[in-house]
Amino acid sequence: MTGSSTPVLELRDVSKSFGPVVALRAGSLRVEAGSIHALVGENGAGKSTLVKVVAGVHRRDGGDFLLGGDSVDFGSTSDSKDAGVAVIYQEPTLFPDLSVMENIFMGRQIVGRGRRIDRAAMYAEAEGLFGRLGVDLDPRRPARGLSIADQQIIEIAKAISLDARLLIMDEPTAALSGVEVERLFAVARSLRDEGRALVFISHRFDEVFDLCDTITVMRDGSYVATHRTEDTSSPAIVAEMVGREVADLFPKTPAEIGEPVLEVEGLQSRGVFHDVSFTVRRGEIVGLAGLVGAGRSEIARAVFGVDGYDAGRVRLNGREIRRRSPRAAIDAGMAFVPEDRRAQGLVTEASVARNVASVIRGGLARAGLLTTGAENRAAGPWAGRLEVKTNALDMSARTMSGGNQQKVVIAKWLATEPDLLIIDEPTRGIDVGTKSEVHRLLSELAGQGMAILMISSELPEVLGMADRVLVVCEGRITADLPRADATPEAVMHAATRQLEVAG
Amino acid sequence: MTPHAGIRHPDGTEASTSEVLLVEPSTLSPARRMATTVLRSRELSIFLVLVAVTVVATLKNESFLFSADGWRNFWVNPSLLLLLAVGQAVVVITRNVDLSVGSVMALTAYLTGRLFIDQPGLPIVAVFAICILAGAVLGLVNGMLVAYFNVPSLVITLGTLYIYRGIVLSWAGSDRINAGDLPSDFLALGNKAILTIPVLTIIAMAVLAAVGYYLYTARGGREFYAIGSDPDAAVLYGLNVRRRVLAAFVLSGALAGLVGVLYTARYGTVSSGVGSGIELQAVAAVVVGGVAIFGGSGTVWGAAIGAFLLVTINRALPSLGIEDFWQRAVVGVLILGAIVLDRLLANRQARKLAEAREMTT
Repeated sequence: MTGSSTPVLELRDVSKSFGPVVALRAGSLRVEAGSIHALVGENGAGKSTLVKVVAGVHRRDGGDFLLGGDSVDFGSTSDSKDAGVAVIYQEPTLFPDLSVMENIFMGRQIVGRGRRIDRAAMYAEAEGLFGRLGVDLDPRRPARGLSIADQQIIEIAKAISLDARLLIMDEPTAALSGVEVERLFAVARSLRDEGRALVFISHRFDEVFDLCDTITVMRDGSYVATHRTEDTSSPAIVAEMVGREVADLFPKTPAEIGEPVLEVEGLQSRGVFHDVSFTVRRGEIVGLAGLVGAGRSEIARAVFGVDGYDAGRVRLNGREIRRRSPRAAIDAGMAFVPEDRRAQGLVTEASVARNVASVIRGGLARAGLLTTGAENRAAGPWAGRLEVKTNALDMSARTMSGGNQQKVVIAKWLATEPDLLIIDEPTRGIDVGTKSEVHRLLSELAGQGMAILMISSELPEVLGMADRVLVVCEGRITADLPRADATPEAVMHAATRQLEVAG
Repeated sequence: MTPHAGIRHPDGTEASTSEVLLVEPSTLSPARRMATTVLRSRELSIFLVLVAVTVVATLKNESFLFSADGWRNFWVNPSLLLLLAVGQAVVVITRNVDLSVGSVMALTAYLTGRLFIDQPGLPIVAVFAICILAGAVLGLVNGMLVAYFNVPSLVITLGTLYIYRGIVLSWAGSDRINAGDLPSDFLALGNKAILTIPVLTIIAMAVLAAVGYYLYTARGGREFYAIGSDPDAAVLYGLNVRRRVLAAFVLSGALAGLVGVLYTARYGTVSSGVGSGIELQAVAAVVVGGVAIFGGSGTVWGAAIGAFLLVTINRALPSLGIEDFWQRAVVGVLILGAIVLDRLLANRQARKLAEAREMTT
């Protein structure tokens, strides 16, 4: 692994922007053959964007991109596949209607005589791949209904079957149990020993130090440093990743905690979550932590009434809320900011004023008519309070940055003057500067006596913001930690506990 | 994942094979596995409905099937709808819909007549080729609009439904093509039969077999399913989504073009109103035949049986003495029944899968 040999992948100062948001400022990465290279950084540091540039999903705006020493420019994912690059994305991308085998081979099926696809050969190869991975999965069953871990296994089988010279894994272990992770690592090591190059993205440092020989750190869309694993330590890496005081990022001000606002008792939805009980008090921010797919969002959706549940009760201010009725939840004083705000929370074609006013229409309408004037009057104070940077309230929500969109969604719900705010991934896809504004806002709202239930996959965000952390694992609450006890280790332990027991 | 042996329900009973099958590799022999797949298929169940309808109608009135006319109508009547349903099924599998097929069919039906009248020497094969090509071009227009403008195909093809129909109306006006304008060889094609099976049906079956074979065994065919199942994932897989969607619409248009020619051969008269509303029958046949309206699953075989079922029911109900109103309502009930059944089965499967997963963890 000397610097003189030609690296499999070399990126120099690669940049990529999406409209006004700079996702990648100057990404650099140099991956040698026969090496497992870790790419670490906070969420939003630009790792996933970097991966998508290499995969051909995004075209870079600038910088050099060399594969095996040759400059390349991928226009689509099929270009990158042809060049021998396989990518396992953070969230599995499968075809639910098709069989597991078809998911592995789609687009490059084994063809026999007369260009006829050879199912028998593919089933055999799929079984071989699963055998090599040490899993027992029926290649004939449809992908629909598989657990995230099983879906991840399919992604890995797919990548291996590509016979790629460069394999990129974007947080492949997030939803895997201990045994499954070990199996994945064994496969990764054998691929390395075959002389392939691997890039491994993970937030779990023990895994990074266990598996990888080289570590590259990114921060705020830029390259920071590359180290040999044996020459560095995890505190040193963390210092480089963060590059600033964590405390400044999450300006949590202590609030007076009052009587319970939300009480959830024995909530259950078969196959999704079980026996979920918790309370959120006035002025309290409760963080709902856990791995992707653990059931956090599903619990929130059931509490708000978007989805149904089989058993249990939800009470707000002591009054029981009818199940499966978001309207009843809103009327009782609940507000819900969903994870995917573009799809669920915001009418991106409509003006800011209309979006903000949309949930309080009933109160604004005069004789059944809704005027733009009334909407603007109602929206004005809320948008002002949240410092939504739009030139005018009639600007379309679509053209705003992620941070401002999020503020519009929050403003929309604050206009209903809720007692409880449920917010799912409040800062996903938001640049670092705006993040702290969203955090300050949540902290202020709690200070005014609002109860807040915050779902977040960003551990620092949960630990920084929450007065209490509930950890969800496989549809159950496995820990209820007060702020003082909520360490990253304690949360991660609770989030993976059952999985490891089961494995 | 734990091995499947010894998986038990909470009440202690051993989980049945079919439940375990959902996650673990199948232990059934290939022949039994195939039999299970066929037995559980939607195609078989609607085929049985078709058989039942035919048997009941024949018991009531023997000539429904066992007369020269009855036998002929049984085969020939569904053939045109079957061709449209095959094209429609491919489009629906890609999570799109083509509402313009009735208008395309009208255009090529009139075009067929005009070609015979204006170009007397033209061989019949050439007329077929020209009309199929014309249909393909109209389908290409649909496909381009859908693939490149990112507008739902429902809206695009609703627009072209009216535009293409408008072209027929202004071109044909009140003019009609009559049997006298058409060569007798061509008209004979619409009535000829080989071994008592009408030629039109044989053509339809040949197209069905070719498309069905392609969808099952060709890479391109499987990609239609992938695109309909999850368009975003299809892009990440590096599939050429635009080209496939374009191909689906071209196929649907070409088949509608073919149906136009066959319609003229069968009925001999063409007015500008030919094929109004048949696009909805085609969609109905596809849905009843088990092709999910949101794409990704179903087969053209199912769509073809669906077309047969709709036409046969419509022919059987009057002979069973059922009122006109109910004849239409039955089609509606079939469609709703098919959709509700799909929903119920999907929910049941999702729940089973979730429970099976819980048992193994």
